[in-house]
Amino acid sequence: MMNNELKHLAARVARKTVSRRDFLGRAGALGVSAVAANSLLADAVRAAGPNKGGHLVQGLGGGESTNTLDPALTASQVPFANLRHFGETLVGVSETGELTPRLAENIEASDDAKVWNFKIRKDVEFHNGKTMDANDVMRTMERHSNEDSKSGALGIMQGIESMSVDGDTFAVTLKSPNADLPYLLADYHLVIQPDGGFDNPGAGIGTGPYTVDVDEPGVRHVFKKNPNYWGGDVVNYDSAEVLVINDATARTAALQSGQVHMINRVEPKVAKLIDRAPGVSIKNVAGRGHYVFIMHCDTAPFDNNELRMALKYAINREEMVDKILRGYGTIGNDLPINAAYPLFDDTIPQRKHDIEKAKEHYAKSGHDGSPIILRVADGAFPGAVDAGALFQESARAAGIPLEIKREPNDGYWSEVWNKQPFCASYWGGRPVQDQMYSTAYLSTADWNDTRFKNPEFDALLNKAKAELDEGKRKAIYSEMAHILRDNGGLICPMFNDFVDAVSDKVAGYVLDPNAELSNGFAPVRTWFA
Amino acid sequence: MHPILKLLVQRIALSLLLLLAASAMIFIGTQILPGDVAQSILGQSATPESLANLRAELGLNEPALTRYFDWLFGALQGDLGTALTNGRDIAESLGTRLKNTMFLAFWAAVISVPLAIFLGLLAVRYQNRWPDKLISAVTLTSISIPEFLIGYVLMYFISVKLGWFTSVSTIYDSMSLGEKLSAIALPVTVLTLVVLAHMMRMTRAAILNVMQSAYIETAELKGLSMFNIIRKHAFPNAIAPIVNVVMLNLAYLVVGVVVVEVVFVYPGMGQYLVDHVSKRDVPVVQACGLIFAAVYIGLNMVADIVSILANPRLRHPK
Repeated sequence: MMNNELKHLAARVARKTVSRRDFLGRAGALGVSAVAANSLLADAVRAAGPNKGGHLVQGLGGGESTNTLDPALTASQVPFANLRHFGETLVGVSETGELTPRLAENIEASDDAKVWNFKIRKDVEFHNGKTMDANDVMRTMERHSNEDSKSGALGIMQGIESMSVDGDTFAVTLKSPNADLPYLLADYHLVIQPDGGFDNPGAGIGTGPYTVDVDEPGVRHVFKKNPNYWGGDVVNYDSAEVLVINDATARTAALQSGQVHMINRVEPKVAKLIDRAPGVSIKNVAGRGHYVFIMHCDTAPFDNNELRMALKYAINREEMVDKILRGYGTIGNDLPINAAYPLFDDTIPQRKHDIEKAKEHYAKSGHDGSPIILRVADGAFPGAVDAGALFQESARAAGIPLEIKREPNDGYWSEVWNKQPFCASYWGGRPVQDQMYSTAYLSTADWNDTRFKNPEFDALLNKAKAELDEGKRKAIYSEMAHILRDNGGLICPMFNDFVDAVSDKVAGYVLDPNAELSNGFAPVRTWFA
Repeated sequence: MHPILKLLVQRIALSLLLLLAASAMIFIGTQILPGDVAQSILGQSATPESLANLRAELGLNEPALTRYFDWLFGALQGDLGTALTNGRDIAESLGTRLKNTMFLAFWAAVISVPLAIFLGLLAVRYQNRWPDKLISAVTLTSISIPEFLIGYVLMYFISVKLGWFTSVSTIYDSMSLGEKLSAIALPVTVLTLVVLAHMMRMTRAAILNVMQSAYIETAELKGLSMFNIIRKHAFPNAIAPIVNVVMLNLAYLVVGVVVVEVVFVYPGMGQYLVDHVSKRDVPVVQACGLIFAAVYIGLNMVADIVSILANPRLRHPK
């Protein structure tokens, strides 16, 4: 009865015949908590359907004047957001981790997961008026996989043996089975372009729900609603703008003064303050990105697993999440995988900070007591220098002489990471376990930044690729996780949340662990309240 | 030839020579950057073939001297090449950025230069009394605070709390002049606060120096008012050092405001240069370097010329 009255009232708030304040007041009088009342309200607003119109402005960090609209060269946040406006991939991954059909209507795999058929959607038009077909899809995949490709997706394309087109079906034959191929093709780089974008990769022509209106790299990018979008009238705004604001304080000020409606990359240390400020709220979601310290398993002194274990026990994960992420994150377990991944085994025991065990392993390692050099830079991940200092302190308690060497941000990724035997680093995560392991933990992986070479692990990874039964795959992944956790060169203290902030003027925001700002789909999923 | 004309021609010729030397320095500097240019563009995943292709494409196999003159003659004809990172025409992208930088510098100068000189004169007029001390205290405080901090403080109070002006100063062509001026109000204020003290103190010092002269005493004895003495007798003779410091600050407004650009999200040349340096986009770095050098040398040349023209001994040789 009480609930019915509130539901009715909430519906009226959504239609704007009752004010939000009156509603909350009435809810309070009926003894309903503010949290419950607000969630009731949110449901009602969603049910009432989105409003149409308006100009959305997103203030995003991670854009440079060197950016281009070429999907292959996308490597930072602003180009990623741009792709989400004008481009589309064959398949998408939903906020709950399921595959969603986009430009491919239907996906079929052969029993051995080696041959995959993608049925391409009909009546989809590129922004230049050309009708999209399976040839465009194949040409796109060719551009990302050919020899001189500079594509960020090159790594995931290397498993492809051949591709072919038959009518409206695009077929992929793999060198070895891979049950996760559709997830790989959901990679944001693989935006379908007319003729694969060979003639003009940076033209900004795609099939997406917005068309490119203004493209000023490092300044702003403006998009207009695409009237010919195949998905119909899904976009709620008339136009959307990405304003490049690299300075975190400037980004926050722009949101608070109402010049932008949403921002990315809120610094954890100010997130709680912003959440308390009127008119804006923090949207944080646990993602797959993680901050790590990586040791080369083949380089002395890290070639000794006892020493690696000593360091793994010496790090205080809770303290790091608390002090470096200010609580906007979760503790790691020396694995690159967490519960955000499908088929994750959550029964793997959590490694804890244990000085005694650290001492024990350190003694067994027989290390000569010379300083162990850990290289850090704030460019490795925000707060890496501080995290290094915390690690040094907790290691000292276990008698391990850690020495922190601060490196310049400039050139960190080319001179330190993947070159020096022990350094701080960051991984953005991948949509599925297979891809994460294949990218960085397979013996032969280019980015095997821990020089982890374990034949048993490699064999299990290949076995999992060919296994279409999810229960069995989960068991294999669990076994691999145990091997890596107890033998690998990865010290993973924490997984960071994506921390964004959104104005109260925006409704319909969906938390999505795939990437920041609702996996880049905020301009499609939201509307002005 | 009139000696003053000769001096001017000499000055201009010297400046051009200096610019030529600067262009050579910029070219050499970008050549000796650590690492191979092709390698830093293609990154760690580069194959030997793609490196060789890119080197040939960039003309890196030519001797350095040939490359320098090709670049110089191209630049003289307005052809600065294309950016390696996004393939855009440098002259075109740079043109927009330069225009924005000049726009911001112009309005900051329009406000700060007259204000600084006026405050300087005022400080001399009330030398060692409270207006002098107040002016000095305020301007010296504002120059001592880092500009990004002034920026954040203004942003918080004027933009977030009061909502008078925007904290994001992005400007683009479709904006009207009024909208543009409103957008740059905060960065202009910050820049004014930053350059004010230097120019104001120099004006004060230069005029005070002149005020010691005998002819000022004569003017005083004639019964002229203090302000008239300063305006008519002291200021014209103090102009050379003042113009010098004004030009230095103008040069700063053009080439040194990257922090203010970042804080206020202003699409000027500073941010453009920094982005391309971090990506080792050498042609853009060279082009920016050349323009910055030209601005610096040009403004200093103007200061020299004004000093020469302002010197009566040079204007009226015996």
